[in-house]
Amino acid sequence: MIAETGLAALWLAAGLAALQLVLMVLALRSDLEVGRTVRAIAVVQGALTLVAFAMLLLVFARTDLSVALVFENSNVAQPFIYKVAGTWGNHEGSMLLWVAILSVAGAFLAFLSRRTSERTLVAALGAQAALALGFYAFLLIASNPFARLDLNNALFTGALNARGLNPLLQDPGLAFHPPTLYLGYVGLSVAFSLAVGALLTDQVDAQLARAMRPWVLGAWVLLTLGITAGSYWAYYELGWGGYWFWDPVENASLMPWLAATALLHSINVLAARGALKAWTMMLAVIAFSMSMVGTFLVRSGILTSVHAFAIDPERGTFLLALLAIYVGAAFTLFAVRGATLKEGAPFELISRETGLVINNLLLSVVLGIVFLGTLYPLFVEAVSGEKLSVGAPYFNAVAGPLALILAVLVGVGPLLSWRRERRPVFKQLTIPVLLGVTALAITIIVSPSMTILPRLGLTVATYLAAASILPLLRRNPLRAPLATWGMVIAHFGIAVALAGMAMNAAFTSERLAVIKPGETLDVGPWTVLLKDVTPGAGKNWTAVEADLRATRGEKITVLKPQTRYFSNPPTETNEAAIETFWNGQLYTVIGKPDPSGGWQVRLWWKPFVTLIWTGGALIGFGGALALLGRLWRRRRRRSDWRKERYV
Amino acid sequence: MSPAIRFAPLALLLVFIIALIWRLATPVDTNVPSKLEGKPVPTFDLPAAIPTKGALSTSDLATGRPHLVNIFASWCVPCIGEVKVLQDLKARGVVVEGIAVRDRPEDIAEFLARNGDPYERIGSDAQSRVQIALGSSGVPESFIVDGTGIIRYQHIGPIGAADVPMILRKVEQAR
Amino acid sequence: MRRAIIILALIAAQPLLADSNLPPAYWANRQLPDPAQEAKAQALMEELRCLVCQGQSIADSDAELAGDMRDLVRRRIAAGENPPAIRAWLVQRYGTWISYKPTGEPAAWPLWLAPIALLLVGAFLIRRRIRLKARD
Repeated sequence: MIAETGLAALWLAAGLAALQLVLMVLALRSDLEVGRTVRAIAVVQGALTLVAFAMLLLVFARTDLSVALVFENSNVAQPFIYKVAGTWGNHEGSMLLWVAILSVAGAFLAFLSRRTSERTLVAALGAQAALALGFYAFLLIASNPFARLDLNNALFTGALNARGLNPLLQDPGLAFHPPTLYLGYVGLSVAFSLAVGALLTDQVDAQLARAMRPWVLGAWVLLTLGITAGSYWAYYELGWGGYWFWDPVENASLMPWLAATALLHSINVLAARGALKAWTMMLAVIAFSMSMVGTFLVRSGILTSVHAFAIDPERGTFLLALLAIYVGAAFTLFAVRGATLKEGAPFELISRETGLVINNLLLSVVLGIVFLGTLYPLFVEAVSGEKLSVGAPYFNAVAGPLALILAVLVGVGPLLSWRRERRPVFKQLTIPVLLGVTALAITIIVSPSMTILPRLGLTVATYLAAASILPLLRRNPLRAPLATWGMVIAHFGIAVALAGMAMNAAFTSERLAVIKPGETLDVGPWTVLLKDVTPGAGKNWTAVEADLRATRGEKITVLKPQTRYFSNPPTETNEAAIETFWNGQLYTVIGKPDPSGGWQVRLWWKPFVTLIWTGGALIGFGGALALLGRLWRRRRRRSDWRKERYV
Repeated sequence: MSPAIRFAPLALLLVFIIALIWRLATPVDTNVPSKLEGKPVPTFDLPAAIPTKGALSTSDLATGRPHLVNIFASWCVPCIGEVKVLQDLKARGVVVEGIAVRDRPEDIAEFLARNGDPYERIGSDAQSRVQIALGSSGVPESFIVDGTGIIRYQHIGPIGAADVPMILRKVEQAR
Repeated sequence: MRRAIIILALIAAQPLLADSNLPPAYWANRQLPDPAQEAKAQALMEELRCLVCQGQSIADSDAELAGDMRDLVRRRIAAGENPPAIRAWLVQRYGTWISYKPTGEPAAWPLWLAPIALLLVGAFLIRRRIRLKARD
C-alpha cells in the first residue's frame, strides 16, 4: 500500500509538471497572468515528490521485501541506519532522490522568489518543470523504484535471501555524502532554469544575477562539502591512503563544482556591473549540464569506474536523450538570443572585473581539461579503435600548475577595486610574497629532494594564507560585512587544503611488511608493535582484527584495524584504523596471513594530511557565511526594495 | 557576439552526443587483448605442475607443429566446462598444453581427476609471471602457437563448443 | 590454536570469488630494502593500470593479478632495470592501455596540446573585454 501511494504521488507530480510547462508556454505567448497559479502548482508538485520519496524511505526502513528494490538492496540483518541509507544506495532510489530535490527546489523558487519579474519567474518555473518532466518519465518508464517483486521469478532463480547493501557502502559516510552531493548537483538546476527563463524573456541583468546568487552559493557550498566528504570517505574506506583518484565519477562531481565556482564569481560581475552577461548565462547552463552528464556517466555503463551503478545501456540511452534535449535546447536558446546580450565597455586592466574574468578563464580551462581527459579515451576508441588510459599522471601534470596559478591570483583579486584600481595593490602583497619565498627556502633546506609540484604547492599555500586575510585588514575586521568574512575564510581554506595536499605528497612515510605477533615495524617517527590478531564479529559480518601498539616517545596508542567478511553479498572490506594527532595521521591496515606465520601490515604516517579536508570544510563554511551575510543584508533592506518590485 | 561563437557550443554538443551514441551502441569491451599476436612466444621455463606430467618451456612449443596453450586454474569456474571442449579438440588432433596459474599440485590433480585431462604437459605459473609475459589478463585464455613458435591467435575466455570449428581452422592455418 | 581458529573462520567466510588458494607473491606487499629503489618502484606502480579492476593503478589494488604485477615490478627494479624499460616491456604485451602515463604516442598529443589550445581560445574570446592600454 505504501509503495503504491508513492507511485501515485509520483504520477500526480508528473502531471502537475506537465501542466506547469503548458502554462508557461501559454504565458509567454499570450501574456496570460498565471504567476500565482504556476507558483502554487510548483509548490504542490514539490510536496508530492517529497511524499513519494518519504514512501520509499518507509518501505526501506521496514525492509518490505515485497518491493523489488528493497529485496535487491537490503537485508533484515542490516543495522537500521543502513536500511534507511540503502534507499539511495542504488540506481532507482538515488534517481528518485534526484527528482525529489529537483521538484522541491522548484517549489522553493516559486515560494521564495521576490526579485525576479513575474514573467521571468514563470519562464524559469516552466523550465524547471520541463527538467522534472523528463526525469519523472525516466523514473516511471525505465526505473520504477516502487515495482513489486515478481515472486515467480525470484523463486525460480533461488534468490530467496535478499541481497543486501554493498558492504563498501555500509558506512556512516554513506548517510552524508550522496544526499549532500545531490542537493548540490540539483540545486544548480535553479540557476539553469533562471538563466533559461531570463533568456526567454530577455531580462538578463544585474537583478537576475542577484536573484540567482543565493541559489548558486547554496548549491556550491553543498557540492564543496559533499566532494570533501566523499574524498575523506574514500581515504579511510579503500585502505591505501589515497584521497583523489581522478576516477571518471569523481571527475563527474568535480566538473559541476568547477563550473559553479566560475559561475559564482561571474555572477558577482553581473550583479555589480551588469557585465559578462553571455559568460554568466553560459556558465549557468553548463553547470547543471555537467550535473546531468555526471548522472548519465554513472548510470549508463560507458565508463569503467568503482563508482558506477548497475550497467544498463537502455537506461543510458534514455538519459542521453534527456541530456541531448535539455542541453541542446538551452544551447540553441543561447545561440539565438545571444545576439541581443549587449556587453558594456571593456574593463580596465587592473580592476576586479578583469581579475574575475581571468579567474573565469582559468577555471573554465581546468574544467575543459578534466572534461577532455575523462572522455578522451572514449573519443580515441571511437575514431581509431585504439585503447589508451588517462589518469592521475596526466591530470596532476596539467591541472596542477593551472591550479597553482589560480591560487596565486586568488590572493590578488579580492584586493582590487571595481572599475579601476588606483592604489599600488602589489605593494600590499609584499609580506605574503616574502612569506611564500621563506617557505620555499625552508622546503629546499629541509627536503632538497622534494618534487617540484609539492614544493610550489607549499610556497603558494603560505603566500595565499597570508594574502587571503588582507581584505579584512583594510578596515576594522569586526565591522566588515559577513560576506567579506565568508570570502576570506573560503580563500584561506584553499590555502589550507593546498598545504595539506602538498604535505601529503612530500612527507608521507609508508611501510609495507609481513610481521609476526610480537614484532615491530617503524614508520616515520613511530614504532608499531603487532601485539595480537584475533577474530571478531558484527551484526552481519565476521572479521580478523589486529591489535597494534604505536609509540612515539612516551605515550602508547592502540589501533585495531580489521578485515571484514560479509556474506550478503559476499565481499571483503578493509577497515583501516586511523589515529589523528596534532601533526598528522597514523593510518594502519591489516592484510592477509602469510604462510610463514606472519601477517601483512600496511602503515602510513601522513603529516598534516587532515589539512586537506579541513581546508575543504573551511571553503564550504566560508561560502555558507557569505550566503548568510547576503540573505541577512537583504532582509534588513527589504523595505527599501518593495518599491522596486515588479508586479 | 559573432554567430560562430554563439553556435559553437551547440556544435560541440553535437560532436559529444554522437560520440556517446557510438559508445552506447558499441559496448565497452573490458577484455585487454595481448599485443603479442604475430610475435614469438617469450622465452619461459616452467616447472611441472604435477609430478605425473611433464614441465612446459618455450622449446616445447617450436617443434614444427602447432600447439594450443591453455591458461587455466583449478579455482577458475569457467575452466571446468572448458575441459570437455579441450578434450574434444585433443580427439581431433590438436596438441593442448596447459599453464596452471597460481595453483597447488594437489588442487590441479583433483581438478583433472574430477573434470578430465586434455593436457600433454602442464607448467606451473605460481606468480602469474608467464601469464603476464604472454600478455594474458585472466583465466581461462588460450593461445595458438605455430610450429616456429609464433603466437597466431589469442582466445579470451573459455572455448565453447561453438568455437571449435573456428579453433580448428586457426590451428590448420598455423601449420 | 588461535591461528587455526582464525584460518577456519576465514575459510568458512570465504566468498565465492574466483580467488586462488595461494598467498600473494613475495614482493606484492613488501617494500624493497633500498629506499631509493622502492621509491622508483612505487612511482612506476602508480602509473600502471590494473588489468582486472575498474580503473585503478596496481599500487592500490587488492586484486591478485595486481599483486603479482607489483611483485614483478619490484623484482625487476631490484635487479637493476630502470622504470621506462619495464613500462615498455608491459606496453609491448598489453598496449598503451596499461600505462596511465601517456607514452608519447601520437594519439595522446591532443591531450597535451589541449591546455594551451584552451587558453588561447579563452584569451581570444575575452580579448575585447579588457582594455589593455591605460586610460590616462
